[in-house]
Amino acid sequence: MEEILETYTATELEHVKVWFKAASTKDFPVDGGACIKYKDKQIAVFNFARLDKWYACQNVCPHKMEMVLSRGMIGDDKGTPKVACPLHKKTFSLENGENLNGDLEAIATYPVKIENDFVYIGFSE
Amino acid sequence: MFIFIKTHKKYVILRIFVSKYQIIVRMKTIIVVGNGMVGYKFCEKFVAKEESKNYKVIVFGEEPRPAYDRVHLSEFFENQDAKALEMAPAEWYTENDIELIVNERVTDIHKTTKKITTAKDREFSYDYLVLATGSSAFVPPIKGVEKEGVFVYRTIEDLEGMLDYASKLKSKNANAKAAVLGGGLLGLEAGKAVMDMGLEPHIVEFAPKLMPRQLDSRSSQVLQLKLESIGLNIHLSKATNQILGDKSIVGMEFGEDDVLDVEMLIISAGIRPRDELGKTCDLEMGVRGGIVVNNKMQTSDESIYAIGEVALYNQMIYGLVAPGYDMAGVAVDQIIGEAETLMPEEIDMSTKLKLIGVDVASFGEPFMPASKGHSIIFENKTQHLYKRINVSLDGKSLLGGILVGDATDYSMLHQVYLNGMAIPEDPAQLILPASEGGAAFGDVMDLPDEAQICSCESVTKGQICAAIESGEATDIAGVVSCTKAGTGCGGCKPMLADLTNATLKSLGIEVKEGVCEHFDLNRQDLYKIIQVKEYKTFNEVLDNHGNGGHGCELCKPLIASLMASINADTANKEYAIQDSNDRFLANIQRNGTYSVVPRVPGGEITPDKLIALGEIAKKYDLYTKITGGVRIDLFGATLNQLPLIWKELIGHGFESGHAYGKSLRTVKTCVGSTWCRYGMDESVSFGIELENRYRGIRAPHKIKGGVSGCIRECAEARGKDFGLIAVEGGWNLYVGGNGGATPRHAELLAEQIDNETVIKYLDRYLMFYMRTAKPLQRTAAWQERLEGGMEYLKEVIIEDKLGIAVDLEKEMETLVNKFECEWTQAINDPEMMKRFSHFVNSEEEDDNLVFVPMRDQKMPEPWN
Ligand code: SRM
Ligand SMILES: Cc1cc2nc3c(=O)[nH]c(=O)nc-3n(C[C@H](O)[C@H](O)[C@H](O)COP(=O)(O)OP(=O)(O)OC[C@H]3O[C@@H](n4cnc5c(N)ncnc54)[C@H](O)[C@@H]3O)c2cc1C
Ligand code: SF4
Ligand code: FES
Repeated sequence: MEEILETYTATELEHVKVWFKAASTKDFPVDGGACIKYKDKQIAVFNFARLDKWYACQNVCPHKMEMVLSRGMIGDDKGTPKVACPLHKKTFSLENGENLNGDLEAIATYPVKIENDFVYIGFSE
Repeated sequence: MFIFIKTHKKYVILRIFVSKYQIIVRMKTIIVVGNGMVGYKFCEKFVAKEESKNYKVIVFGEEPRPAYDRVHLSEFFENQDAKALEMAPAEWYTENDIELIVNERVTDIHKTTKKITTAKDREFSYDYLVLATGSSAFVPPIKGVEKEGVFVYRTIEDLEGMLDYASKLKSKNANAKAAVLGGGLLGLEAGKAVMDMGLEPHIVEFAPKLMPRQLDSRSSQVLQLKLESIGLNIHLSKATNQILGDKSIVGMEFGEDDVLDVEMLIISAGIRPRDELGKTCDLEMGVRGGIVVNNKMQTSDESIYAIGEVALYNQMIYGLVAPGYDMAGVAVDQIIGEAETLMPEEIDMSTKLKLIGVDVASFGEPFMPASKGHSIIFENKTQHLYKRINVSLDGKSLLGGILVGDATDYSMLHQVYLNGMAIPEDPAQLILPASEGGAAFGDVMDLPDEAQICSCESVTKGQICAAIESGEATDIAGVVSCTKAGTGCGGCKPMLADLTNATLKSLGIEVKEGVCEHFDLNRQDLYKIIQVKEYKTFNEVLDNHGNGGHGCELCKPLIASLMASINADTANKEYAIQDSNDRFLANIQRNGTYSVVPRVPGGEITPDKLIALGEIAKKYDLYTKITGGVRIDLFGATLNQLPLIWKELIGHGFESGHAYGKSLRTVKTCVGSTWCRYGMDESVSFGIELENRYRGIRAPHKIKGGVSGCIRECAEARGKDFGLIAVEGGWNLYVGGNGGATPRHAELLAEQIDNETVIKYLDRYLMFYMRTAKPLQRTAAWQERLEGGMEYLKEVIIEDKLGIAVDLEKEMETLVNKFECEWTQAINDPEMMKRFSHFVNSEEEDDNLVFVPMRDQKMPEPWN
């Protein structure tokens, strides 16, 4: 099961080779998330409207390897924007993927840009 | 800067030169005489204080080792491991800058010069002297007590002596007998020790009953039967005239022809305070010994304090460790200048016997004159069971009691007594076995330390409290992350919260009532605010009343629920703030698929509907099961399938069962007078009416109901949040029941009422609960913590003492009238439908799902 995780590696802005045009901004709930498919990857994308920011991360929760994070609730933990997994409420920083309430492996995060009301996710491959 | 410290002399001088100025800080010295349990506790409490750095502490102990746990002295028989009993290792004293001098008895006090002398003829000066010299076993002046083989039971050395002697005896005579003089709390413990040493045990008691200070005659008899059944020989009303034998004991003589042959004797006839030092320096003493102290623990010399078993407070020596610990705390505070800490007037003397295999406990006033209250007694001699509780004349409070044979309820009852907590209307429930109408009652803090709170991660209450007490965790989230409790099935969360809050409170840490870091307000406040200000979105509430953040998985669903309770919103509104299940109007499963539970009001279903369910389940290949809530659950639906399935279900006349919401689940019914030969009323019809009335309403937690057609109670109505049982002349209405993690029977709110009155009271009850409960608090937990208990609830619901009944009914009526099936709403709105797809940029389903066959159906691949 763990091999799923290898599909996802945190991507820094400077390593972005492909800006994948994912969907219209309107397809994502305000202050919530939805999932997009890129090749064999499932990516959770969050419209953090209160911060006027967008975030993207792997959809798979490292706790039980289920594809659920996009259905999690977002919010902040002492200022750090986070997502809570809908299954057991493990929380992860949307900034760097760190597990904020446990010692799970960090999740992979991806850069997001918005152009002409479209959401683009940055991948290095 | 240079510091000069001179120890053991009149005082310690700390000279600090700071540039031109010279400051001399005179460090004060505290000498503690006696390093027993209470002397140690004094040190522990003292070093915890910030001010302790201004004092030098020197402790003298006569025993050869640092303080140990005398209360558990008997454990020494099991392993002879003295270290295991240590209160703290010798290094602890060094680490905390306490000078511990063991094996050196203090022999004199010179009040005027403030000095003490020790047995080694050394002299030490003090500013404050704390006498914690404890007590010694009282040895009655019986002829021959000095003979070999006669012991007392107080120190590790005493026990070592006994073990030695017993093994010598056994090597000569395999059937050697030993007696204990005294059938009190300690004597019985010693009796057990004798048994464990492999000698034939005899208890000799002067009084006509065992544990005369704690037990009444009947309970004493039950205890005697029990002890005899495990092999203790008991001799009551025996005055010992002399100890027989030449050099060593061979028997005890009671009367002329009344002799008991024993080769060893343990005297456990009471204690005498070790007050010799008080006498030598003329402190005020009690007539029968003990150094007199006031409520500051000060003796007649204001620089000298006495604590523990040597202190005579309110003309009493308290032979228990707890009051001693309190005294230590008072002395610490008094010395550092927190003058307002005083010893309370009333001291709790409740006790529990630590005999393995025999439960005995008494608390509060075990005996009570009939003029002060009523006693309720439950006795079963064949099972060696006796329980007595004494209840005040008005039936509202617990005054004391006795438990023999089964003391599992001791901590709970003790807590109820200590805190003057409200007791059930029928106090007998407190002691009756559950099978005879007893009810679960109590508080998490009463659970023993070893009680498992989180069974998934096997975390005990002790571990949780320790995490908080050590400072590792300061809130629930902290407890969760450092103990892992609550990370499994989560069923323990409410208990975890109670425990965390109670522990924090016990440490004097203010427990924030706020729902999370984003709001300092509690649920009740938020309820009022949203109602009054008529807020319609989460952001309005957060921006106007929050702490500046962006919300989280705690406050978002809570506010969603409150707005639903107040405005009759469905979960389709602002779905991003709904809890994960509410957001997709289904229960998320292990693998991220969902379950579908249509409502089957009262459990009544037509064959056509059953067939429809079967056909739909077949079509979408859903695992199908009858739930514990007596309806049908279809599992394994993907996000994309949910609306398709619901469309079909709705087409067959089904509607949402709200199995995912904190809202009404089911009203379980029995078949009632419609078919049943015993039925007193139509439980099915009424159950359906109630389920349809309250469906969809959002509450602090889920709500379940039950309606039984007669007292046989086939619908288990008393296990539900509200339950009805048909009786002659109407319905009995019960409220606040619970299955689940902490089962509790619902309590009677009203008797023999008609359908209309049931609905009136239920509207009021549920609305009152919705207005005032904490987040995720079931009715049972809410009701249990309701100040004033059932009486108060009746006053509010039936007598309308608060004058809010009309409002409550109106609010409920609005919710009932505004009901709309949220699944019907969702499938008819294309915008709402958008949320039910796994990908926003693809029609595909989650490609990560793996199902495996199971019996004739399927299940998600197991987690590893
Ligand atoms: C499906 C069902 C088990 C079954 O297969 O039979 C079930 C399944 C769940 N129960 Fe339950 N409970 C089910 C009947 C019960 C019952 C029996 C009953 O209702 O008579 C109880 C005990 C009665 C009671 O509530 O007092 C019960 C007490 C709980 C509790 C403990 C509540 C408590 O107050 O202690 C939880 C945890 C919670 O709600 O916080 C819980 C939580 C859950 C959750 C929702 C856990 C979760 O969040 O995922 C489970 C959802 C599984 C799912 O996939 O849908 N379930 N659960 C039953 C659905 C009944 C229904 O038709 O809606
Ligand atoms: C077998 C047994 C079981 C018990 N079970 C329970 C129970 O279940 N529950 C309960 O609440 N209580 C129980 N107790 C009572 C409890 O142990 C005492 O209340 C408690 O130990 C009192 O503490 P203390 O510090 O006042 O006295 P102690 O623990 O007796 O300590 C006094 C210390 O001072 C030393 N000392 C005395 N004089 C001098 C001196 N002049 N110079 C230097 N040192 C001196 C002594 O040697 C001793 O070490 C039990 C006691 C025994 C013996
Ligand atoms: S269905 Fe209920 S009892 Fe069973 S595992 Fe899930 S939460 Fe626990
Ligand atoms: S699967 Fe995400 S928290 Fe358990």
